[in-house]
Amino acid sequence: MAEALSLFEKIWRRHVVIARPDGYTLLHVDRQLLHDGSWQAFEKLAARGIKMRRPDRHFATPDHFTSTAAESIDAIDDPIRRRVVDAIVANTAREGVQLFGLGDPRRGIVHVVGPEQGITQPGLLMVCGDSHTATHGALGALAFGIGASEVAHVMATQAIWQKKPKTMRITVDGRLGPGIVAKDVILAIIARIGAGGGVGHVLEYAGAAIRGLSIEGRLTLCNMSIEAGARAGMVAPDEKTFAYLEGRPFAPKGDEWRKAMDFWRGLPSDPGAMFDAEVTLDGDAIAPMVTWGTSPEDAAPVTATVPDPSSYSDAVKQEGVRRALDYMGLKAGQKLTDIAVDRVFIGSCTNARIEDLRAAAAVAKGRRAVVRAWAVPGSGLVKRQAEAEGLDRIFRDAGFEWREPGCSMCVGMNGDTVDAGQRCASTSNRNFVGRQGPGARTHLMSPAMAAAAAVTGRFTDVRKLGAA
Amino acid sequence: MEPFTKLTAVAVPIDMSNVDTDQIIPARFLALPREQAKLGLFHDIRRDAAKQLKPDFPPNRPEYAGAAILVAARNFGCGSSREHAVSVLKDNGFRAFVAPSFGDIFHNNCYQNGVLPIVVGEERAATLRALLAAQPGATMTVDLAAQTLAGPDGIVDKFPIDSFRKDCLLRGQDDISFTLGHAAEIAAFEAAHGRELSWL
Ligand code: SF4
Repeated sequence: MAEALSLFEKIWRRHVVIARPDGYTLLHVDRQLLHDGSWQAFEKLAARGIKMRRPDRHFATPDHFTSTAAESIDAIDDPIRRRVVDAIVANTAREGVQLFGLGDPRRGIVHVVGPEQGITQPGLLMVCGDSHTATHGALGALAFGIGASEVAHVMATQAIWQKKPKTMRITVDGRLGPGIVAKDVILAIIARIGAGGGVGHVLEYAGAAIRGLSIEGRLTLCNMSIEAGARAGMVAPDEKTFAYLEGRPFAPKGDEWRKAMDFWRGLPSDPGAMFDAEVTLDGDAIAPMVTWGTSPEDAAPVTATVPDPSSYSDAVKQEGVRRALDYMGLKAGQKLTDIAVDRVFIGSCTNARIEDLRAAAAVAKGRRAVVRAWAVPGSGLVKRQAEAEGLDRIFRDAGFEWREPGCSMCVGMNGDTVDAGQRCASTSNRNFVGRQGPGARTHLMSPAMAAAAAVTGRFTDVRKLGAA
Repeated sequence: MEPFTKLTAVAVPIDMSNVDTDQIIPARFLALPREQAKLGLFHDIRRDAAKQLKPDFPPNRPEYAGAAILVAARNFGCGSSREHAVSVLKDNGFRAFVAPSFGDIFHNNCYQNGVLPIVVGEERAATLRALLAAQPGATMTVDLAAQTLAGPDGIVDKFPIDSFRKDCLLRGQDDISFTLGHAAEIAAFEAAHGRELSWL
């Protein structure tokens, strides 16, 4: 009998160019995604007088530094940010790289654009100079984030040196309850294994609750693999994956589609494939999650209270929780549903796809936001789709601001920030100190939970909100 | 890249786990030129709410001036892929980091910049941080060829490192020149792979 291989192992083996005896492996890269932060890599390459080896294997779109007030370069009021967005236009034109630029409806957050355009496909090895590249694993690709020097290396060689990571299978059995979505699942996973729990591993998400997720849900799930410290996260491709991809601009067509499907169907982990670690969660037990601290592992069901630092056995963690509560302006024992918010951000590569906006709009419909709330679509196409469905009206009628696509308040690089001391209910992926601006207090949650916080002014169990 | 061989230097402790790349260098410094970005190191965590430098944050203290080694707690450098997290530390004089574990991308980025991430056990890292806090300004020694790390207590630990990364650091060679030497293998691989995945 043939060796039982995991999804990861199958992709890894197919991409080995050189395997050194010490374990370092040169892997071929099928596709590299670029964004407006990639100017450093272009500069590194230019400084050495090297041309890109395969510009046709690269796709670029500006997202981090673009304005969400208007879809134009002139809307970027800061000259330094403008230069960065200009640079991607000049660099991609010079090297002959496909650009989805400002004004092109296909533009958006790089991790929203890749799957949406069908650039992301099962079985591919993909990289991007951004840690949330694991997102693309939702379609059964091996995708991971790299640093700027490595981006330049891939530009020059279409390959990357890697040491083989370990594998961890995270099985979520059972059925998610009503109102429980992928964001709750991934926050529950990170709360369980810790922000460093996946270090050195590639995660494969499996089990009935994962199979039951839509592709967009799987994108949310895989997106936050890095928040568990993992190199990558993946879900085996299935009929949902194929249905999602069919007809997308960069997906194969005709005979090539059939050939690709044959390849894709062979990718899921074989029965009996071994993993270096196994984690199991009960899907039925997952509640809507909210983070209370400054690490994504500081997540709890919305029905819980803020933990007491002394309840942790580990001294470093105790001190960390004390510091986090101080920064977050919270007290041990406070009910999470008693915490009032100042801002709401619905957006980011974690939760700015059409299903996310629909879920948030369903809660906002017929209600009024009592705090300043933003909805920022993940791409121009998501924005168009939402407008075609009338979601923008629902948001506007509820007092939300409806903005242009981009990373926006997820990281605040474009100037969209939360003020010091303000508390933000956010659908993004990082609640780090200062992530949304100096002194900003970020609480991570799903789009429906964020919308519920907007209309009630506090964290609210979306399951108890009832009809508007 | 300058080679990394041996280093004896003041070491500074940071007693926090999960120090992420946003804490090392906040996003708003990323588009700035290198000399200005350098000033963003630990910008927000080294200050209190009134924007004053916190005296209990070791990198703020004069005794640790000139430190080139940083001893951290678990999962140091987690978070984003920003290479600035490494280059800004390097531009502030750091050449080696010691921790029980590192964020994956940060760890890789270190090698790309000629700085050395050293993994030691959880307990040894805690001991080293305590010693450095008790004797501010104490030095430590890293010997890459021998793969040893000497603490201020004189205790010498062996540390693991992949031979590929070790060779590159010792020679100060970066990956691009090395890999370009394998252009023939890359081309041969691409031809075969391109036939198999012909739809790409
Ligand atoms: S939305 Fe946030 S996490 Fe995603 S790529 Fe942009 S900055 Fe990074």
